[in-house]
Amino acid sequence: MTSTLSISERQIGLLLSVLLILLGLTMAAAARHGVMAAHGFMALALGLGLVFILGSAIYDPEPPKARMTRYYDAPTRFGIMMTLVWAMIGMGFGVWVAALLYWPEATPAVPWTSFGRLRPVHTTGIIFGFGGNALIATSFHVLQRTSRARLADSISPWFVLLGYNLFCLWAVTGYLMGSTQSKEYAEAEWYADLWLVVVWVTYFTLYIRTLARRNEPHIYVANWYYMAFILVVAMLHIVNNLALPVRWTAAESFPVWSGVQDAMVQWWYGHNAVAFLLTAGFLGMLYYFLPVRSGRPIWSYRLSIVSFWGITFFYIWVGSHHLHYTALPYWAQTLGMTFSVMLLVPSWASAGNAIATLNGAWHKVRDDATLRFMFVAAVFYGLSTFEGSFLAIRPVNSLSHYTDWTVGHVHSGTLGWVAMIVFGAIYTLVPQLSGREAMASPRAIEWHFWLAVTGTLIYVVAMWNAGITQGLMWRAYDENGALSYSFVESVEAMAPYYLLRTIGGALFLTGAVICAWNCRATMRAAMGEAADRPLAPQPAE
Amino acid sequence: MLKLHYNLEKVSMGLVAAIIVAASIGGIVEIAPLFTIDETVDVPDDLRPHTPLELAGREIYIREGCYACHSQMVRSLADELDRYGPYSLASESAYDHPMLWGSKRTGPDLARLGGKYSDDWHVQHLIDPRSVVPASIMPAYPWMTRSLDTKLLGDSLATLARVGVPYNAPMISEAAADAQAQSRPDSDGADGVLERYGNNVAVRAFDGDPSRLTEMDALVAYLQSLGTLTEAPYEILAEGDQ
Ligand code: HEC
Ligand code: HEM
Repeated sequence: MTSTLSISERQIGLLLSVLLILLGLTMAAAARHGVMAAHGFMALALGLGLVFILGSAIYDPEPPKARMTRYYDAPTRFGIMMTLVWAMIGMGFGVWVAALLYWPEATPAVPWTSFGRLRPVHTTGIIFGFGGNALIATSFHVLQRTSRARLADSISPWFVLLGYNLFCLWAVTGYLMGSTQSKEYAEAEWYADLWLVVVWVTYFTLYIRTLARRNEPHIYVANWYYMAFILVVAMLHIVNNLALPVRWTAAESFPVWSGVQDAMVQWWYGHNAVAFLLTAGFLGMLYYFLPVRSGRPIWSYRLSIVSFWGITFFYIWVGSHHLHYTALPYWAQTLGMTFSVMLLVPSWASAGNAIATLNGAWHKVRDDATLRFMFVAAVFYGLSTFEGSFLAIRPVNSLSHYTDWTVGHVHSGTLGWVAMIVFGAIYTLVPQLSGREAMASPRAIEWHFWLAVTGTLIYVVAMWNAGITQGLMWRAYDENGALSYSFVESVEAMAPYYLLRTIGGALFLTGAVICAWNCRATMRAAMGEAADRPLAPQPAE
Repeated sequence: MLKLHYNLEKVSMGLVAAIIVAASIGGIVEIAPLFTIDETVDVPDDLRPHTPLELAGREIYIREGCYACHSQMVRSLADELDRYGPYSLASESAYDHPMLWGSKRTGPDLARLGGKYSDDWHVQHLIDPRSVVPASIMPAYPWMTRSLDTKLLGDSLATLARVGVPYNAPMISEAAADAQAQSRPDSDGADGVLERYGNNVAVRAFDGDPSRLTEMDALVAYLQSLGTLTEAPYEILAEGDQ
């Protein structure tokens, strides 16, 4: 990090680190004990670490002036490292919670290893830690290449990445200590939420400032998606997390929303976290890395416009499909259902556009596991959006809701689509950033690919069976008109599927560990940096 | 159109504005009306807020992530009415910040749980679920026997009052004492709890031991209150049957 910063930049960094120390001290002093104090100490430790790193290198030689004519890739490299770290944490916790559902006494009954606390660690760790870091890291890369401009400055990318990871750390350690807002995918407490707003505004500003310096008249489609991701996530995050702290010196807070309004706001947020974090951002990734890796331009520019605006406009309406047959007014449920079905059109337009892009490059898909990751991602994107529209139809939802079918659907999207496209992007990026032709071990990529595909299939098929079985058992009546099964009988019926899911997840996790090892080996054997300069021709257009 | 878009792509702030507009409409149309229409803002006359002890239990329910496995939302489907009871009304959770409708039923729905089991059953079940239901995959919560921290209760009620829950000044000032008293039926404060929160509030030693106020007291008090804060869902269902 430090060797890429000028002396004055290091000084600014030092100042910011001192401010972070002060923030941490203030939090710890104000709260005195409990979660908020622990989080204060984490900020303090991070600040001290940064002071040490920057301080010990403050008068080291400056980087050559020519750096301003090159892309700034150090933050991307760090972001990818964090992506892989969070992949292992998030998936590790995933396998752990999966195992607990099969074997509830697998780990001793102490508070912080209880299922209810670990589950949000999995979801936050994987969505925000793994997904978010991957998006931020790749967005820096894509933004610079498609704009043919260096990032607007050298400090804010680090602020964004470090600040964001501090948020993730606060969030997951908070849950382990029992601090949570209970809102799905927005469990972090109020001060962490405020901190994320600061980080996010910095991110947006950096993005816009860099775009303003672009040497390309047009803003490439990947950037539209990244921008939608940044903007809408900000909107969702702020509205859903509006809360009053019980005291300014305690982590506890109460959301301003209650009851049915809270439910609607929560699922407006929840589903659009899926839409704008887990979909839009990753479509941005797809629209850049797929053409780059396959060496073919996006099949249809027109289709990419239609699907972008379709996704941006339609998705916002669909959150209420999480609330069918509940106390949410019927008209709102109907709107959610209708838009969910319509959403299939832009979703399949994107998936189709991606697959059609590969036309003429099928031999590469066959031979190149990296491209195959992206191809499988596009296929799973198509499959899970179809499934999503289907599950949003009221009568289908009456069977599937509250069951493991939803979990199966989620993971066909997250394992099959999100994780696969991230791995495809990582395998494209890491060699490039290391100045190498290929990853250290191409064979390991093959292994990873097949582990990931097998793991996903086992997971998803097991959960389909589990969910449909559950749904049918809950609604079965015997000939006397009484319910056929007690609830516990439906719990017992899940055991084999929960075991299978754990196995599938473990395979997937193994693949991710192999990936992390391979990336580390590649980066350690780096032969310089990415060779392109801001004025290199842009391959993706 | 294509030409227009071609030009839009050259203006970053134009794209930003267009994205914000496109992504706002749906949310505004679906969310804004919920704050005005009768269906969602009519609160039944008999709806009472949680007592301080129940609220503390609710916070424990949140802390432990019980909502990750349990819904509190009976859907209007025949089998759910037969399995759980009357379907849930919007107004029932009017005072719930946040709502705990849940999204996954690894365990059964709890919206109508109050009165279904004895306090003893809950205590035993929470400490060791498999001792009561052998096939259960619910986690054990042996640490619920530790003492309840009531320091934040007064501030909690005050905060909730600010966002619209009808807690009045005596409720707020007596919060910690009321939490104690609700688990000590013989104490002086017990009447005060009934006076402030109504006569159908349960005042018992929920964990079986009146001498200590534990997290178990709070959690069981909360569980026993589920579905009992208003009669409205039962009345509506009875009307429907006629
Ligand atoms: C891993 C998922 C899981 C978590 C977390 C969980 N439960 Fe359960 N719960 C179950 C399952 C499965 C059952 C059904 C078997 C049984 O009765 O133990 C159940 C049953 C129950 C029942 C009996 C309901 C009835 O109508 O028979 C209650 C009450 C209950 N849980 C309360 C809680 C509370 C309180 C918490 C949090 C402290 C909690 N549960 C956390 C899975 C879970
Ligand atoms: C090693 C692979 C993984 C395993 C073993 C795993 C396991 C699990 C388990 C057991 C649950 C809880 C389900 C329940 O409560 O019944 C869960 C939920 C969830 N996981 Fe994963 N997971 C994995 C990977 C991922 C990835 C890569 C993502 C996202 C990028 C993800 C996102 C989610 C989400 C969003 C939920 C919540 C689902 C819901 O509420 O319906 N998971 N996962």
